[in-house]
Amino acid sequence: MTEDILTVSHLKKHFVIGYTGQFKERKPITVKAVDGASFSIQEGETLGLVGESGSGKSTVAYITIGMYLPTSGNIRFREHELFQGNGKRPRHLQKEIQIVYQDPGSSLNPRQNIKQILEMPLRIHKPAKNQLEQIVYLLEIVGLPPEFMYKYPRMLSGGEKQIVSIARALSTEPSLVILDEPTSALDVSVQAKTINLLLELQKEFKLSYLFITHDLSLMRNVSTRVAIMYLGKICEVAETADFFRNPLHPYTQMLLSSIPVVTKEEEELKPKKVVSTGEIPSPVNVPPGCSFHTRCPFVMDICKQVDPVMAEAGPNHSVRCHLFPQPALAGSKSP
Amino acid sequence: MMNGAKPLLTIKDLTVHYSVYGGRLQVLDGVNFTMYPGEKVGLVGETGCGKTTTMKAILRVLPSPPASIPQGEIFFEGQNVMQMSEDVLMQMRGQGISMIFQDPTAALNPVFSIGEQFEAVIKYSAPPGMILTRQEIHQRALSSLQEVALADPDRLLRSYPIQLSGGMRQRVCIGMALATNPKLLIADEPGTSLDVTIQDQVLRLLRRLVEEHNTSVILITHTLGIVRETTNRVYVMYAGSMVETAPTEKLFAQPMHPYTQGLISTVPRLTGGGVASGIPGRIPDYRNPPSGCRFHPRCPHVMDICRKEKPPAFQINTEHAVACFLYNKDHSANDEKETRLL
Repeated sequence: MTEDILTVSHLKKHFVIGYTGQFKERKPITVKAVDGASFSIQEGETLGLVGESGSGKSTVAYITIGMYLPTSGNIRFREHELFQGNGKRPRHLQKEIQIVYQDPGSSLNPRQNIKQILEMPLRIHKPAKNQLEQIVYLLEIVGLPPEFMYKYPRMLSGGEKQIVSIARALSTEPSLVILDEPTSALDVSVQAKTINLLLELQKEFKLSYLFITHDLSLMRNVSTRVAIMYLGKICEVAETADFFRNPLHPYTQMLLSSIPVVTKEEEELKPKKVVSTGEIPSPVNVPPGCSFHTRCPFVMDICKQVDPVMAEAGPNHSVRCHLFPQPALAGSKSP
Repeated sequence: MMNGAKPLLTIKDLTVHYSVYGGRLQVLDGVNFTMYPGEKVGLVGETGCGKTTTMKAILRVLPSPPASIPQGEIFFEGQNVMQMSEDVLMQMRGQGISMIFQDPTAALNPVFSIGEQFEAVIKYSAPPGMILTRQEIHQRALSSLQEVALADPDRLLRSYPIQLSGGMRQRVCIGMALATNPKLLIADEPGTSLDVTIQDQVLRLLRRLVEEHNTSVILITHTLGIVRETTNRVYVMYAGSMVETAPTEKLFAQPMHPYTQGLISTVPRLTGGGVASGIPGRIPDYRNPPSGCRFHPRCPHVMDICRKEKPPAFQINTEHAVACFLYNKDHSANDEKETRLL
């Protein structure tokens, strides 16, 4: 059994977006972006975090990277608690966790050339005399020629920009890289190249990935384990092969049955019984009980009142649903 | 398909250039396209290959300048679109062809209520001489909204786009596009901006309505899975020209053009097996497109002739045509203008 590199437990992030009432009745209106998510990433693996827009995937990423402080809950990176004391993260921990953003067009400074973009993290985390050599090396490991140094982001295609973002993330020699939908803005043929690069880099530098996406077919091919997120909570975690062979949570089945596929073999993998209905509710008014009960085809009375907890449904397969036996003590059992 | 029926829409050698600072972008390079009534045709290709430009040319909504059309003809129901007067053109846009756009948020005007926008569509697309009362217009808007499975259409007509979710907005757009009972519906990436579960709902709705209304559809997308599940024939487009057309099942079972083969192999599969390596290189610079076949710098099977000549369409059988010199030996180029697919 390998060590966990990142353990997220009961993570909550509520954003206050306004207030209702006046004076003593004044109450904040909160968006429950992340509402008690727990999962862990093992050393060297790729954990796929899948969910619809508004499910809180990106918020989890931003908390992990340190952009937001969580409302409650904590994250453990190896032996360090990430949110202790005043929440200011020591530099050696900043260096270990890096991120690649979704839109390469807006995550690179248009006024800086590639050299300047790659220089900044190097200057902070690895000050050295041979900075130019380091930059050439960085470009080399992502397969770009050195003359790219003097180009500006606008001169690059979407795929190349994303590759520069990857080089920037790798510049501090991190051990965990968060990939926030790294290919959703790219064409399929460019996506394939980028993904293959990411997989090669993972092998070469022994990286762990938190791979956030909404594309389940991509997930099938890159991740070791998959976690499904719905309205700020994780509803199913399983090993990839097992997950696609035997999806348990009704939401997972709905997601799988919605994927457009290109071959007959894939068609047979899709669950037929669950047809997509309804829309994801607003995270301001999260339904009581299980948050999925408004769209669930197997909804029972208990679902509307009691929120299920994560339960082991098989080896390395946990699911949060009343259809499966709940642990006797409805307490804090993390996957 | 080849049963002697008159084609609904034909495009012949359409060429579109954009004049920009620093040269002319030769965006469309002889597009040929034929579709028959009742067909559901998919149009696939990478970003920037000219899919949307082609569709805008059909509706004659290309901004000119910068766009210019040096050559090419478009026929809709036998009428030459390029020579239509503004009146006839408006009629074609009203009753002949409707369009659904990729981003429903941008397609709806944020300062008018859904009802005002819906009623304007119905009012201005009525055939000439037919004047509808406000009551009738309202009734039609209501029934269209009911058709796209939206609850409480009365309240919806009074609400503004910002009050609706993305999926609801796209349903409204579909309702508007079909309210006038068009003969041809152009759907430009109708699900791309939506979540996968909502996309599935919207596409199922679209498929059902199109079946009920017996509308012909051109579905533009770069998601091959959607094409496979929705259409019965596919055109593959690369860098400004059509490179292959075939019935959907055949194209997925036996793609012939190297570009189509590359495109299909790069789609990640639910069955696993890793991600294919993709197609090397990228879409060419339209100021200086490659000579001959525009795909030759990226093609794994490139030959000498590919660098010199643009490949004509080789007819594999009555339904399958490929523009690639690999099929030069076994199949003769089809010169008969009438039955040409590519």
